[in-house]
Amino acid sequence: MAKQRCAVVGVGQTHHRAARKDVSMAGLVREAAQEAIEDAGMTWSDIDAVVIGKAPDMFEGVAMPELYLADALGATGKPMIRVHTAGSVGGSTAIVAAKLVQSGVHERVLTVAYEKQSESNATWGLSVPMPFAPPLVAGAGGYFAPIIRAYISQSGAPRHIGHLVAVKDRLNALRNPRAHLHLPDITLEMVEESFLLWDPLRYLDTCPSSDGAMAMVLGSESVASAAPNPVAWVHGTSMRSEPTMFARRNQINPQAGQDCAADVYRQAGITNPRTDLDCAEVYVPFSWYEPMWLENLGFAEVGEGWKLTEAGATAFDGDIPWNPSGGVLSSNPIGASGMIRFGEAAQQVRGMAGGHQVEMRSGKAMGHAYGGGSQFFAMWVVGAQKPE
Amino acid sequence: MTEPLLARHSLEYPGGYTRSVGPIVGRFLTGLRDGRLEGVRLADGRVLVPPTEYDPVTAAPTSVDDFVAVGPAGTVLSWSWVDAPRPEKHRLDRPFAFALIRPDGADTAMLHMVDVPSAAGMSTGMRVIPRWRVERVGGVADIEAWVPYADGDPIPEVPAIPGFDAMDHDDVTGIVSTGRLDFEISAGAATSRFLLGLAEGKIIGGRAPGSEDVYAASRGTDPTTGEPTSVEVEVRDSGIVTTFCIVNIPGLSDLAPEIPYASAQVLLDGANNTFFGLIRGCEVDEVRMGMRVRAKWRDDLAADHRSIEWWEPTGEPDAAYDEYKDYL
Amino acid sequence: MRDVAVVSFAYSTSPKELAHNEVEMIVPVVREAIAASGIAREEIGFTCSGSLDYLQGGPFSFVMGLDAVGAWPPIRESHVEMDGAWALYEAWVAIQTGEVDSALVYGFGKPSQGDVHEIMTLQYDPYYVAPLWPSMVDMAALQARAYLDASGRTERDLAEVAARALRDGASTPQAIRADANATADALLAEPMVADPLRASDIFPTTDGAAAIVLAADDLARRVSKRPVWIRGIDHRIEPHALGSRDLTRSESTAIAARAAGVGNGPIDVAEVHAQFSHEVLILAEALGVDPAVVNPSGGPLAANGVMSAGLVRIGEVARRIAAGDANRGVAHVTSGPALQQNLVCVLEGE
Repeated sequence: MAKQRCAVVGVGQTHHRAARKDVSMAGLVREAAQEAIEDAGMTWSDIDAVVIGKAPDMFEGVAMPELYLADALGATGKPMIRVHTAGSVGGSTAIVAAKLVQSGVHERVLTVAYEKQSESNATWGLSVPMPFAPPLVAGAGGYFAPIIRAYISQSGAPRHIGHLVAVKDRLNALRNPRAHLHLPDITLEMVEESFLLWDPLRYLDTCPSSDGAMAMVLGSESVASAAPNPVAWVHGTSMRSEPTMFARRNQINPQAGQDCAADVYRQAGITNPRTDLDCAEVYVPFSWYEPMWLENLGFAEVGEGWKLTEAGATAFDGDIPWNPSGGVLSSNPIGASGMIRFGEAAQQVRGMAGGHQVEMRSGKAMGHAYGGGSQFFAMWVVGAQKPE
Repeated sequence: MTEPLLARHSLEYPGGYTRSVGPIVGRFLTGLRDGRLEGVRLADGRVLVPPTEYDPVTAAPTSVDDFVAVGPAGTVLSWSWVDAPRPEKHRLDRPFAFALIRPDGADTAMLHMVDVPSAAGMSTGMRVIPRWRVERVGGVADIEAWVPYADGDPIPEVPAIPGFDAMDHDDVTGIVSTGRLDFEISAGAATSRFLLGLAEGKIIGGRAPGSEDVYAASRGTDPTTGEPTSVEVEVRDSGIVTTFCIVNIPGLSDLAPEIPYASAQVLLDGANNTFFGLIRGCEVDEVRMGMRVRAKWRDDLAADHRSIEWWEPTGEPDAAYDEYKDYL
Repeated sequence: MRDVAVVSFAYSTSPKELAHNEVEMIVPVVREAIAASGIAREEIGFTCSGSLDYLQGGPFSFVMGLDAVGAWPPIRESHVEMDGAWALYEAWVAIQTGEVDSALVYGFGKPSQGDVHEIMTLQYDPYYVAPLWPSMVDMAALQARAYLDASGRTERDLAEVAARALRDGASTPQAIRADANATADALLAEPMVADPLRASDIFPTTDGAAAIVLAADDLARRVSKRPVWIRGIDHRIEPHALGSRDLTRSESTAIAARAAGVGNGPIDVAEVHAQFSHEVLILAEALGVDPAVVNPSGGPLAANGVMSAGLVRIGEVARRIAAGDANRGVAHVTSGPALQQNLVCVLEGE
């Protein structure tokens, strides 16, 4: 049986902040979900099923929170699924929701991802000390900083490349009222002078810790044709995983990311992502991951990604803007961060990205998420035109 | 077969989770603090207790403008008996009942506790009334428990919180959620073997019979195939720093009391995977990719990762890039 | 919808799996399921698992779990923080898109490492319920009494269910608790644990892992002598608060049963995820099946590997159909306090 077409017909998100002390967890997810449902011209009762994702439950200390949130999200009497694939979860949650439509099982699916990190502390939640596990000696950034050093060594990238990304994404965030970090005075000097946490990573090279939620309503072709606002058609989705640790693992340019990108490009008819896409929302929690993922995702040859960043190709007015919303470097409710990438890509395609809307030519954009030790990948390509 | 190592483990967020509660839950908890029991009226006229921001059936939003007083007396719709209260968890230190209690004027029931001496004192349909705590903080436990009530009896006054005037206090905006879970974790076979090796000053790796790749430490399988690493292989306690970072953040590790320090991925001689270790025995700015290092063992070896305190330079010439480029 | 079949099934249980970590516990089960499927590991199109971080008291249990399946070259893979049965549902949906023709699903957990009754308290409303620390047994007992009060059934009816589970468990190799000679009279003599529930009314703590391989259409027919087809699968959830629900019945099970088509033919065998004796009775009513055909394995009262027991229900029904002992059956899976969320899967032989 042929795959059914699927489109994003509604998008909603919270204002992302260090601490959303004004809402409960239910209030947080409902803020995003209600906006998405209204954008889709629907009411709660129109929704067939709910797919929810978030990162480890220990962030908020609520186990399997889909149970507590079921009626908050209008799932009473309906199917509800909870996805958890580490940092890629926001992306994979959206893909599970898309498959519910593409399979023909449902017509209208609400998908939501969230994190309320202010309930605890993300560093604690990500690295609860466990018996028999190797002692952590460097924290979360300490896992990725050595990989970044190896990238810099291999590629010969100048040391300021990461800082360029740190500035660019924060400047983009100034166009996005929902973004957590608004740093109007950000400069290269400011990043260079910020505290050197994990050499080569400085404080402003790293993402914040946020409370926030993202939601989308995905619909079938008939639902999309009746949508009151422009829709973003799903042109391809893909997920790939590889083990955390294995012999001769390429940690800089993981095979799972390469395979995932190739798969989603094949589905979407993308032969050159730099020219065939109008923009990309890519999971960049540490600034240096922009040049690394430019290579992993085929926007540049291996070793050349930093040159795109340096030339301004990924800037807001560049030929292939990356993270016009400000990206993970400006808002990071971990479980939602992937879905924010997917949803922001959809908003660009719909022409509804507001102050951070980029110029659309092909009408296609990419959303990307990754997690674990760069081992879980989720990607989609959305477009303004209905896919063939 | 090796006896697996076991260890106690506690999971508790230090200080407890700080939960903001939002306007609806906050209003209800404020009411409890002030000795009021309230519900919220839904669009269909039903009164929901305890109130949520949404109608549990339709998901329609509720409003603080639709709060109504309920109770204080209520009816037990169901109950179960707790013979052995859990220390540090349950709010009563003697046997009690959990019950679903529908306050008068409400259409739904709330879960709470009933304080009677024995299960013989409980029955479905019995009438109960809250026994309020004196020191109320704005949480569900501001009702210490519910107690039997005979209709027509006077309703006891809610005790005043000493020195507290509600007019001087804002509404409740948050609660702190504490609690510890205790575990006993087994290291499993492969990790136990590795750790017991460390106690003998050895690094025991493993490989799957069908592969030459040696994992130290193995978690039980060759992750590329899922084949058990049933072949034990001792690897050397020296290796190559493939890459590293310099940590300037204090307090991340009690193994590294002083900053800055170097945290590195080390490719052991004879193994095919890298793992994280501290580099000491040289200045941090001397640490480099390709540097050869050797384990610094503790004097008192134990079946613990900490038997290797850190890694220090051997003074040998650096490894050529080609020797470790496939491990980055 | 594409025809999708269960082509292999394996599971293990232990009252306390001390010798192995989670990966080591999963490996034999996954390997057995793949070997029995007739599909090479590298050929499996999609992998999906179910687990719960809180059972190990630390985050990312599924990340290590992946070491058991051989995710290289990289695989299409996903994970639900739910029982493995919902992983099977996600895999069934993936197969329905036509992107893949087969899937490996597994679930695992070692609840014996902690106090699972207490761990599940963290599922409950974090503002109104969890601060009072009712355990999952306390929550079940509230439903049990509501059901007994409304139905006119008695503690003896619960004991009859529990005794039968013990007797049936005697012929299930994976049973943790079994007694071929169990009687209701003997069980009624036991003390209450959470009035109205006795120990025999409550599942035994069980560590375990389970794996199923699914295949579609011609692939299923090629690799399996008697593919067991998924004729319908659906799941529904109810409001979270017990006080907002009718605890005397399982409405979400009834909705899912209708959507899955339970009533479209005779049911020879049913396996329900009843972790407490009264749930067998509530679920049989909601599914519209004769209690006599429910849980021939003994069900979760005999062995209840947390996060795999739901997948085991599907596997146990499929196993009986594959063996020719039954032709059409239904599996039920639950999640959350007092049967909040329920999945129903109808299976049938060729």
